[in-house]
Amino acid sequence: MSQDPELLRRLLRAKDRMDAASHEEWPVRRLARVSGVSEAHFARSFKEAFGVPPHRYLLTRRIERATALLRDTELPITEIAFQTGWNSLGTFGRTFRDITGESPGELRAREKAAPREVERVPVCFLSAAHRPDLTIAVSEKRRQAAGSRAHLNSSVRSREPARTPGSGSEEREVL
Amino acid sequence: MNQGVGMVGLYVRDQDEAVEFYVEKLGFRVHTDVRNGDYRWLTVQHPDQPSFQLGLFRPDSPVLDAGTAQALREVVAKGAMPPLVLTVDDCRAAYDRLRARGVEFTQEPVERFGSVDAGFRDPSGNGWKMIEARR
Repeated sequence: MSQDPELLRRLLRAKDRMDAASHEEWPVRRLARVSGVSEAHFARSFKEAFGVPPHRYLLTRRIERATALLRDTELPITEIAFQTGWNSLGTFGRTFRDITGESPGELRAREKAAPREVERVPVCFLSAAHRPDLTIAVSEKRRQAAGSRAHLNSSVRSREPARTPGSGSEEREVL
Repeated sequence: MNQGVGMVGLYVRDQDEAVEFYVEKLGFRVHTDVRNGDYRWLTVQHPDQPSFQLGLFRPDSPVLDAGTAQALREVVAKGAMPPLVLTVDDCRAAYDRLRARGVEFTQEPVERFGSVDAGFRDPSGNGWKMIEARR
């Protein structure tokens, strides 16, 4: 379906702002203000324009950035979690694994072992090329994974770390 | 040099707006600006690069059909056109200068792997990386 290019340009501005500061909180209200549209209009238009809801887009950017930090720096994983916008290491680790299929530590170990032949590509473009392609919601991805491993381990949820009060709604918004 | 790429074109939503941006804000010069009816062939040039022109074209009839033109205007406005790179001597100084002129930056200068890069968009949505030349 066709969208007004002037509107798309303003939606792009909201996307750019998330790109520039993906560690910050981006409630729809804030994004809608950047684009100069109503909140209801924003979420619908953004998904139509860019194929994913705004908060799932933000999530892919956070994971992309965390991946780059894991690969290119020696920062502790806790520090990377906080720098990329998570309030809890547990949520970060779980979400990271749900999306990429491996834990932050596993990814770091694998990347460190792999030879680097990418110096000729500007790093900013390379980073975008490694962005996770999150075509379904993380909750859906979890449900699918849970379905396939249910017979293996039915007690997995009870071992998850307790969440801090107040963080629940924010996580839902991000996911 | 007599052989090589002479011109690469960008799609822009408005050629007056684009020439104002590339000339007044980025410091390019107009190379060619010729009209033929509604069609306007417009190219600009970086002052240090006389053998290369950057074309600023509107996706429009009669070159394109209405549906294709609309699709291209949407793609440009979504920032989905390929990457562009502007090489500068001093990325932070260029950032300060261009920002003061009202250029819409999408990324502040960041130092990584021995260089500094920043990002900006033209009014249409074309995304540029501004990368400091390695010395």
